[in-house]
Amino acid sequence: MGRVLMKGTEAIAEAAIQAGCKHFFGYPITPQNEIPEYMSKRLFEVGGVYLQAESEVAASNMILGGGSTGEPVMTSSSSPGVSLMAEAISYMAGQETPVVIVNVMRAGPGLGGILPAQGDYSQATGGMAHGDFKLIVLAPSTVQESVDMMQKAFNLAQKYRNPVVMICDGVIGQIMEAVEIPEGNPENLSNPVDWACGYMKERGKRTILHSLILDPEELESHNKHLEAKWKRIKEKETDCETYKTEDAEVVISAFGTVARIARSVVDKLRAEGFKVGLIRPLLVSPFPEKEFEGLISTCKHILDVEMNWGQMKKDVESAVKYRIPVSFFGHTGGICPTVSEIEREVRKIFTELG
Amino acid sequence: MSEKIVYERPKSWVKDVHTHYCPGCTHGIVHRIICETIDELGIQEITTGIAPVGCAAMMYNYIDIDYIEAPHGRAPAVATGFKRVRPDRLIFTYQGDGDLASIGAAEIVHAANRSENITVIFINNAIYGMTGGQMAPTTLIGQKTTTTKDGRDPQKAGYPMRMCEMLKTLEGPAYIERVSAAKPAHLPSLKRAIKKAFQNQIDNKGFSLVEVLSTCPTNWGMSPLKSCDWVVESMIPYYPLGLFKDFE
Amino acid sequence: MAKGRVEILEEYCKSCSLCIEACPKNVLAISETINPKGYRPVTDVNSEDCIGCGMCAMRCPEAAIKVFKEK
Repeated sequence: MGRVLMKGTEAIAEAAIQAGCKHFFGYPITPQNEIPEYMSKRLFEVGGVYLQAESEVAASNMILGGGSTGEPVMTSSSSPGVSLMAEAISYMAGQETPVVIVNVMRAGPGLGGILPAQGDYSQATGGMAHGDFKLIVLAPSTVQESVDMMQKAFNLAQKYRNPVVMICDGVIGQIMEAVEIPEGNPENLSNPVDWACGYMKERGKRTILHSLILDPEELESHNKHLEAKWKRIKEKETDCETYKTEDAEVVISAFGTVARIARSVVDKLRAEGFKVGLIRPLLVSPFPEKEFEGLISTCKHILDVEMNWGQMKKDVESAVKYRIPVSFFGHTGGICPTVSEIEREVRKIFTELG
Repeated sequence: MSEKIVYERPKSWVKDVHTHYCPGCTHGIVHRIICETIDELGIQEITTGIAPVGCAAMMYNYIDIDYIEAPHGRAPAVATGFKRVRPDRLIFTYQGDGDLASIGAAEIVHAANRSENITVIFINNAIYGMTGGQMAPTTLIGQKTTTTKDGRDPQKAGYPMRMCEMLKTLEGPAYIERVSAAKPAHLPSLKRAIKKAFQNQIDNKGFSLVEVLSTCPTNWGMSPLKSCDWVVESMIPYYPLGLFKDFE
Repeated sequence: MAKGRVEILEEYCKSCSLCIEACPKNVLAISETINPKGYRPVTDVNSEDCIGCGMCAMRCPEAAIKVFKEK
């Protein structure tokens, strides 16, 4: 395909198709309407299925059904619509259905606004719904990264039979950037004959995909199985970028578009001699505790910057074992923090540190 | 004398299992007929069932096929997702009156409207069984339940919903019929309708729904035989049996 | 000589009596015995009248009746 100029949402859609996803079930909601629109045309060109569900409740249940076949399926939405998916997500986590959900985050709470935000971090990393389970959550910060992460999302979903969420702030959804979308998915990790519905003959016996387990010991055993799976995911699948943190006295922690803005702040202040760095989780769940722990010996202060009330802040504090003070700067309402605003906060910290 | 077998347990009825259903509950009759249909059509290995939330939540313990559990009311959406990805496999939902007509009202209307090539079996017993006898959308006026202790009052709780009549107004559905599991004379039609609803899916005819008037002896506070009489005396006058839509 | 014969799978019977009402020949009745689940299973008290129509089995919610007919 080469390098093309594409809108984030459309690039995500094309990347999903290239990653092997031929089935999309979704519902329009700003700021990600281009995903269903793109899918409604492009999927039929590749022999796939686009279905506009009657609601996000229905869409999330359609991927439950579609995912139970073992084929890669996805849906996309934005914050209020993702809340509607909570019920199905808990069922899919319990039944171990591999699906991908893209959340192009907008400002909240409630109907909120349509401008970008990062207010669904806690929702996504907290599992989003009732019961004990975790979701794998990817947080790209550029359109190219979203494209690369789509392939990763489907692979992780299939590898672990777990729902995977990609949270993009609305900026990534709506900007246009030059991207290269890898054609085809070299890794196909699904083994539907082992567990999926529709393979009774091949498997020699039936499968029951369920989360209802009335016997308490059996249900605890199932919970322990899910916990063990999460432990394996934590050990193998963290991903974090550190930028100029080796000798940094102040480190900015951020994810998504904010991290991109923060990087400019690091470059600007480094040019003036300030020892500042950036730490950026690419997967916010599982959280990259090791990389944060690595800051303990050198870093004197972390400034956590997000487009919310400070949802990642507590994970940062916990990951550095409360041995580095963490302060927060951010905006809600759909407002992006600017380079100068973040720069001002960092300068204040350096002044206080003396 | 040399004999032939006229009737025996269906092959796809799980071996050596005791059902958890109450004595006389017509779930067992419908499950058995589904098993007979699966055996007669030879579709055991290519059929997936969707288990509802309700007394039949564990129906996968009784019918030996692949199963997916759906959240309450969402079975038509789960079936849609499955069928769109695997049109070469068969899928059916089996839903109670709360599942289909209350929490799942949107999902059933839209699956019917899109004429999804699925089979829906709707068990209407005018009450919420599993949760202990509360009012259902299909509870009759004056019927006593644990949440309508003085009998259903339309001013407070609305009117009973006739799902077949509502869905038949849509262009999408290919086949809609209401039958009963209550009396011996009803059973041939019940079997014919369920078999047709599966055959339609095999033939790609589109959305098929069979509503089965059923009993709930425990929550109605009646014996199994009296419950069957109640279906005839009280339910059929409001929910008439018959064919509502047929593509043929 | 009865044209038909029923075999009741007693352990599954829940004594609901639906089969008794279904039988056109009054072959069936609730027995005196008790099965492991505590129900009194049905039995063919008038087995010589059985015509092997299968109505009892068609109505049984537990698939607990097997029906035979002479060839």
